[in-house]
Amino acid sequence: MYDLKALYEAESVQDAVRLRVEHPEAQIIAGGTDVLVQMREGKRAGRELISIFGIDSMRGVSLDQEENIRIGSLTSFSHITKDPIIQKYINVLGEAVDMIGGPQIRNAGTIGGNTCNGVTSADSASTLFAWEAIVELTGEKGVRLVPIDQFYLAAGKVDLAPDEIQTAILIPKKSYTNCYGHYIKYAMRSAMDIATLGCSVNVVLGADKRTLERVRIAYGVAGPVPMRAPTAEAATTGKVLCEETVKAFGAAVLSDIRPRDSWRASKAFREHIAVELAERCLIEAAKNGGGVMA
Amino acid sequence: MGASVGQSKIRVDAYEKATGRAKYTDDLYGREALVAKIVRSTVANGLVKSIDVTEASKVPGVVKILTCFDVPDHKFPTAGHPWSLDPGHQDVADRLLLTRRVRFYGDDVAVVIAEDEVAAVQAMRLVKVEYETYPFVLDAQEAMAPGAPQIHENYPNNILGHTELRRGDYQKAIQEEGLIKVEGWYDTPTVQHCHLENHICCAYMESGRIVVVSSTQIPHIVRRVCGQALGVPWGKIRLIKPYIGGGFGNKQDALYEPLCAWLTTQVGGRLVKIDCAREETFTCNRVRHAVRSHIISWVRPDGTLAARKIESISDQGAYASHGHSIAAKGVNMFPQLYPCDNIEGDAYTVFTNKPVGGAMRGYGIPQVMWAGECHIDDIARALGRDPVDYRRQVVMPQGFKDGFSKNENYYDTFRQVMEKGMAAIDYTRKRAAYADQTGPVRRGIGMALFWYNTGVWPISLESSSCRMVLNQDGSLQVQTGETEIGQGCDTAYAQMAADAVGVPFEDVHIMSTQDTDISPFGTGAYASRQTYSGSFSIRQTGLLLKDRILRYAAELTGQMRENMDLIDGQVVRKNDGRVLMPLSELALTALYSTTHSQHLTAESTYQIKSNAYSFGCTFAEVEVDIPLCKATLLNIVNVHDCGMLVNPALAEAQVHGGMSMAIGYGLGEQLLFDPKTGRPLNNNLLDYKVPTIMDHPDHLGAVFVENREPTSPYGTKSLGEPPACSPAPAIRNAILQATGVAVDRAPMTPHVLFARFKEEGLL
Repeated sequence: MYDLKALYEAESVQDAVRLRVEHPEAQIIAGGTDVLVQMREGKRAGRELISIFGIDSMRGVSLDQEENIRIGSLTSFSHITKDPIIQKYINVLGEAVDMIGGPQIRNAGTIGGNTCNGVTSADSASTLFAWEAIVELTGEKGVRLVPIDQFYLAAGKVDLAPDEIQTAILIPKKSYTNCYGHYIKYAMRSAMDIATLGCSVNVVLGADKRTLERVRIAYGVAGPVPMRAPTAEAATTGKVLCEETVKAFGAAVLSDIRPRDSWRASKAFREHIAVELAERCLIEAAKNGGGVMA
Repeated sequence: MGASVGQSKIRVDAYEKATGRAKYTDDLYGREALVAKIVRSTVANGLVKSIDVTEASKVPGVVKILTCFDVPDHKFPTAGHPWSLDPGHQDVADRLLLTRRVRFYGDDVAVVIAEDEVAAVQAMRLVKVEYETYPFVLDAQEAMAPGAPQIHENYPNNILGHTELRRGDYQKAIQEEGLIKVEGWYDTPTVQHCHLENHICCAYMESGRIVVVSSTQIPHIVRRVCGQALGVPWGKIRLIKPYIGGGFGNKQDALYEPLCAWLTTQVGGRLVKIDCAREETFTCNRVRHAVRSHIISWVRPDGTLAARKIESISDQGAYASHGHSIAAKGVNMFPQLYPCDNIEGDAYTVFTNKPVGGAMRGYGIPQVMWAGECHIDDIARALGRDPVDYRRQVVMPQGFKDGFSKNENYYDTFRQVMEKGMAAIDYTRKRAAYADQTGPVRRGIGMALFWYNTGVWPISLESSSCRMVLNQDGSLQVQTGETEIGQGCDTAYAQMAADAVGVPFEDVHIMSTQDTDISPFGTGAYASRQTYSGSFSIRQTGLLLKDRILRYAAELTGQMRENMDLIDGQVVRKNDGRVLMPLSELALTALYSTTHSQHLTAESTYQIKSNAYSFGCTFAEVEVDIPLCKATLLNIVNVHDCGMLVNPALAEAQVHGGMSMAIGYGLGEQLLFDPKTGRPLNNNLLDYKVPTIMDHPDHLGAVFVENREPTSPYGTKSLGEPPACSPAPAIRNAILQATGVAVDRAPMTPHVLFARFKEEGLL
């Protein structure tokens, strides 16, 4: 039994926007894998809910006219993992969201919910940061596009206006073209766990398969929101893939990340793991692109 | 092997449970019940000054709110021990139904009864409690120190119990020239059972009596505790135990049944339910005692043990529950596994402001095995000896007899189980292959031994009772006071009953529900006693019934009773094996005969005055990723001598479950508390790391050595708890071989490995 005041079921995106305006106190619910847990804990108990779960137009993965990847916000994690477009262009995202919870959660939970929660540990977030995803928001005045690093405002807080719902996540063509990535979720268990640290790296290799033409890295749980590590990226871009480059990459992330001490893990431990994951992710991402270590 | 005993019969409850038809407490009584929610203390130590229920009472659906100022003043014990007629051996009575004097964060302060769960929870959150707060202490060693907050009256330095063990002359023995001193501190965590079904109970009144339906391991004991808590005659309480979703010792305690029984009396006998949330199960039921052990061994260069010393400090938490029994059991096993002439042992059980320590699978032995088996590997390492080879030299020899329990090592079991374990995991080759590794990822193999008792004799009562009734068709109803809690005893009992009477397994209908109005008296499921203890009365009752059947058969056949037997549901003439009549014909005749009608039943009690050593070991193989501070279990094998197997498939399943539990104990599980407030930090299944199937190796090896236990009717001894005793130290010893780093704190999480690898210069 859940302590909810009312449930409004949106039939379309416009209907959802209308419900948002009519019920400003209401909480949006999609798959419910976070909201219902929080209601049970008392955090959102007694609230009105606007369910967007029935809006099928917000489900699925497609390529738009400019060949950007468009992931409907209601697309479930298991759908993303199995989707042929994801597998072809950004398989690492499918792998990342396949590490969330267990099979039931991955069938119910959505990528929109995962990002709108605003938590740093979301398994989709570091990969979306590392691939410079764009968040599509729809409100009364139409569609607004926000780069994902600007969508996250603070822990648990995202840039979602009172009349808006998140309708899609876009991966621009220039972001995924010739790009190969790897994600490591570091957790205490091999399944059903929250990330102690998440690290996602992707590279564009030169024709020689040795030069790192572009390197991007993002972390979850290295700070209050997911974050890129620009110093590490700058230190590696244009370099030849070799032991020395890998070590420099790992060392540089420490000037970017800001993990904290908590009972879940110490700052020192998270920093140690962050360096190790950066190095391993870089090597694996390059390998996925056919890269060769010098 | 009998006709049924020794066969892998399908569980008698398999289809009901697999299809979801089996009825558990909530299925039976939960829907219509009033819901009771407990208001819990938000301070770790203190006194309730006042409680304001004004706002809470206004919530629609609230029926009644009761507080610690309303409860009867009957202090009661909760431990699921048989009642002792000797007041000196009775459990400590330190609980009230609700308490003003709170002793841990989450203590029971008040209760809201409402028409549904939402109303109950809303009101629970609105109850305002004012506390006078006291300083608190979370560490058992600190709680013993001078000046620590005193948690209970009459227990100076918070010491609930102290066991002192002295053999020979330790101080003199350590003077011997040339001894090698090996010393270590070994820590185990506070963990919880994490059975699938949280504790739940319902209560209502009927004909002036209180009926309690509960997810419990110990229905007859809980009936007694409810009577004591409410101050009513025990016969006024009827306790029903339906199917339960696991217990592992947590439900070997009276949990919320006494409160629920009282609540129904406060609402005119209406049905009231207390259904613990997982968060409450973690910290407001029972936990396993965290134990810190300090061991010093003085070893001669030839490996023989000159003198040994162990000091164990057991974290009891806020109330006595099973109390000192756990630590005492732990220290008393120490001298037996590796006999030594000169021993000093001290075990302390100490109150802290933490959740209450109670029974949990292994009852003190996983803790002392962690300490002892880590330590034996440390000795082997100090001597430069192979751990298996060293254990062979010093382990309990064949013929060893325990002076107290009279348990005996009849066979050369320890060598047998080690041989089997080594073969199963390819120990010798791997141990050599992993000897000198470098690099970031390394493998190791290690092992640990254990021994365990069977039941509680002679410390406490061991008796079992059984009733059998013959039906019209020749099938049987069988009832015992011992309880099925998932371990499979109903199936084992049906097999034993079938063989004792002489009927097919399929013709035995075991009554799974215990109802104190109907079932024979029994103390319940604990101490790995079910198969052993239950078998005595089942055998005895079965033979009694068989005798009655054959006496009746003598009337019908004209044959001498002694010349007949009952085999597979047929009355058979012994001399030539001829079938004289089917039991079904006899049974029908017996009930409907117009000349001699007889209801053929048997019932008996058997008091058991023996015990049996159960033995075994674990071999584990790990891969350690040093930079990631992670140990991955690649292979694990448990070898058990639990006597003859009643049901090999169920025995294997029992071993798998225990190993899984111990993998969590070794690598991930521990309850954490906020040092500033005493508040539990991870009392949920996300933050408390029970291993998932992905954290297990592909295969859990379960191997058996079947040495017939001479004292037991079917040659059996304990297997319920033993599988959980040795895996954790075996994993630790494998990590030791892989990395050269001794990790003396369980669980060996990445955080612990990070700190240790840094200390040892690996990172």
